[in-house]
Amino acid sequence: MTVLGSTGLWLAFLLGVWGALAGIVGGLTARPDLARSARHAVFAMCGALLVAVFSLEWALFHHDFNVEYVAAYTSRNLPIFYTWSALYAGQKGSLLFWATVLSVFGSLALVLTPRHHRELLPYVAGVVSAVAAFFISVMLFGHASPFERLAYTPLDGNGLNPQLQNPGMVFHPPMLYLGYISITIPFAFAIAALLSKKLDTDWLVAIRKWTLLSWLFLSIGICLGMWWAYVELGWGGYWAWDPVENASLLPWLTMTAFLHSVMIQEKRGMLKKWNLALIIGSWLLSIFGTFITRSGVISSVHSFTQSNVGYFFLGFLIVAGILSFTLYAIRLPLLEAETRLESMVSREASFLFNNLLLIGIAFSVLWGTLFPILSELVKGTKITVGPPFFNQVNIPLGLALLALTGIGPLIAWRRASVPNLKRQFAVPVTVGAFATLIVLVAGMRDFYALVAIGLGAFVLGTVTQEFTRGARARHRQYGEGYALALGRLLARNRRRYGGYIVHTGIVILFVAFAGMAFKTETEATLRPGESASLRSPYGSTYMFTSLGLSQYDALNRQVTAAAVEVRRDGKKIGILTPEKRQHVDALGRPTFQPSTEPSIMSLLREDLYVVLGGVVNGTEQAVFRFTINPLVWWVWYGGLIVALGGLIVMWPGGGSPAVRRAQAGYAVRLVGEEKE
Amino acid sequence: MRRRNDGTTECERREFLGLAVAGLLSLVPSFRHSVAVQDTLPGTGPSGRLWDPVRAGRPLDPVTAADNDAAIQAIEKQIHCTCGCNLDVYTCRTTDFTCAVSPAMHARVVALAKQGKTGEQILEQFVRDNGVAILMAPPKRGFNLAGYFVPSLVIVVAGAILTLVLRRWARAAPPPSTSRSPSAPTGTPEELERLRRELDRLSV
Repeated sequence: MTVLGSTGLWLAFLLGVWGALAGIVGGLTARPDLARSARHAVFAMCGALLVAVFSLEWALFHHDFNVEYVAAYTSRNLPIFYTWSALYAGQKGSLLFWATVLSVFGSLALVLTPRHHRELLPYVAGVVSAVAAFFISVMLFGHASPFERLAYTPLDGNGLNPQLQNPGMVFHPPMLYLGYISITIPFAFAIAALLSKKLDTDWLVAIRKWTLLSWLFLSIGICLGMWWAYVELGWGGYWAWDPVENASLLPWLTMTAFLHSVMIQEKRGMLKKWNLALIIGSWLLSIFGTFITRSGVISSVHSFTQSNVGYFFLGFLIVAGILSFTLYAIRLPLLEAETRLESMVSREASFLFNNLLLIGIAFSVLWGTLFPILSELVKGTKITVGPPFFNQVNIPLGLALLALTGIGPLIAWRRASVPNLKRQFAVPVTVGAFATLIVLVAGMRDFYALVAIGLGAFVLGTVTQEFTRGARARHRQYGEGYALALGRLLARNRRRYGGYIVHTGIVILFVAFAGMAFKTETEATLRPGESASLRSPYGSTYMFTSLGLSQYDALNRQVTAAAVEVRRDGKKIGILTPEKRQHVDALGRPTFQPSTEPSIMSLLREDLYVVLGGVVNGTEQAVFRFTINPLVWWVWYGGLIVALGGLIVMWPGGGSPAVRRAQAGYAVRLVGEEKE
Repeated sequence: MRRRNDGTTECERREFLGLAVAGLLSLVPSFRHSVAVQDTLPGTGPSGRLWDPVRAGRPLDPVTAADNDAAIQAIEKQIHCTCGCNLDVYTCRTTDFTCAVSPAMHARVVALAKQGKTGEQILEQFVRDNGVAILMAPPKRGFNLAGYFVPSLVIVVAGAILTLVLRRWARAAPPPSTSRSPSAPTGTPEELERLRRELDRLSV
């Protein structure tokens, strides 16, 4: 099967190269035969890559340990669930996954894009083919083929890293990859618009669903990554400002900026240059993230092992960046705005400031991530840039952004008058001030947490006011009951009200993040029957009593588990069972260092997080870490609401044809068209 | 089995064979593991020893008061563990229990604190011994200031430029139409304001 897989890769590479040439040349020369050939090349490349994926999965499931990749990431006793996910657990397999998903997305884009965008499609096929061909070339020429064979066949494989044997790790990487990869489609349309000079708002309509899809995948992928880090790694947190985490945040921030600024282009014909730059920038950042993960240039716990693959990505990043922005610069005269801003106090202006902050945060994250390299280059001094740096720089920016999340929807398009502003801001500001006062009186003194809660309440006030007014208007106009009016309001204007639901999720996330300021923890050594206590920020006292340790075998691991009884203010609320795991292969040989498996009790107000560190002198006297993490459950809940809002926004249909036409933007007459 | 008066036990042939098979099976590792699936509850087993301590990882020392000392923890959260984990010393030693580096660094912090050194002095000592990369965030001096202030500076400058540009655009834009064109809607300022609100509500 590896021969089939390798053949599939080579075939896909050749098809990718042909698709790129045929697509670009076919588009530029308006030759329908070449355009058709490029389209077919994308479909065929997709088929060849799917064959390669099938071949690798076959090798994985049949324990063909003569294949180096299979031996490196699986073992005979690895559960099937994780055997499947070994496809993207390593560098080589994930490159194959990348290229395959891109070819699937490319094919879908070519099939699903309405016919009236057909002039753009040859270029789209060309760009998708070129990017996919690059990824395949890395596998073929960068010694990163997942089909390489060993000179011998081991009895069993190394197995999958225990930290990757978690459901979160099965879904988190593909979601993030899907986010990264799907940005290529909007990018391909942007390049198509630049090459074809069709720079009206039409190309934006073609990519709307794709940009939302990328953003949604990235959002879900980032949240799943946080969840995995929290439940698996055992350090009791979910975000460590690790370079690879940062790399995933960068395109999310720029895509979020785009999703806001694109509304200005659709509604007012402004910001064409900015929107194009954001799409190109987002795609380059997705490649940058891939480069960071795979190059080993920056130390990260997430990254794959250092290899020469990084040079390929760096070269590709530079070439793609130069080509894209050169084309962009050439087309700048065609990207003049149709209208001008009318007032500083308008929704357009607030969106621009929102964009400024989003890009500012992206810049500061990028700056912090790359600063160790810069410092070494300039001063020759190695430094570490960790969470204290990122928190100091980004928390104020994040809070300012939260404020704008509430301010933006309150300001009218074009120009807001003073009476309008008073009317719009009165309720949300009162709600925000009241919430701040309540937590202040309750004894909260952490400045950032106070501001986060106050601003969060302000934004929730804004969202509630918008929903209430909308539902009331429908009630008045159509006589609908309030529940029905609310439902129809959402269904008829999914983009606007789905967006407000996303804002609600973001508020919940910010407030939950603020909860971590009140994290408390202690370490204790307990014999069976002994207890340790910890006071929660809400005033309750938790008592953790060790009931003893047990040892048993599971499918591919030997487990040492502690049973810890938990009492809150004297009342028993449950038993937690943190574990130490020694993973073994099918022959009973240890495969990795013993790992910890925290046990978590998630409550609405706080999480109880217990880690079994180890034992003293081989006895049941065990070392524990007990942590109380306030509001963590709300992080996952907020993430779910963000995803739900995103789904509502991108759900097809909704609204009258007139509203949909308005949402779809209008064909803005190309400035300078006459000069052409 | 029945106990005899002389203290020995009388064993039937079937029981004897059963014991022999069980004894043999217990030599097979996989069977031994399955036999070992039992709880060592408090009070059972000699001195509460685990059946196979190796499975529980590296043996640990009991937690001391210094391990939970908030001042020590605060210092350790500023020191970068050099094991390659990218975490601070406190997080690493309370998370990665296989790491031998962070416990050693923790012991060094505790030893320095016992010598009467302040947090600042302990950090300086670590920087002297290991270089500035030992700190989780670079000190705010020299070139590092660029690390801290360039992002904020860029945002402030970009914000100022954006404000100026927007103001210029807003000035250049035609004023809101106050003259009544034949087709322009007439109405009081309140009515026009209401119209604007309604239009805003309908807007995307």
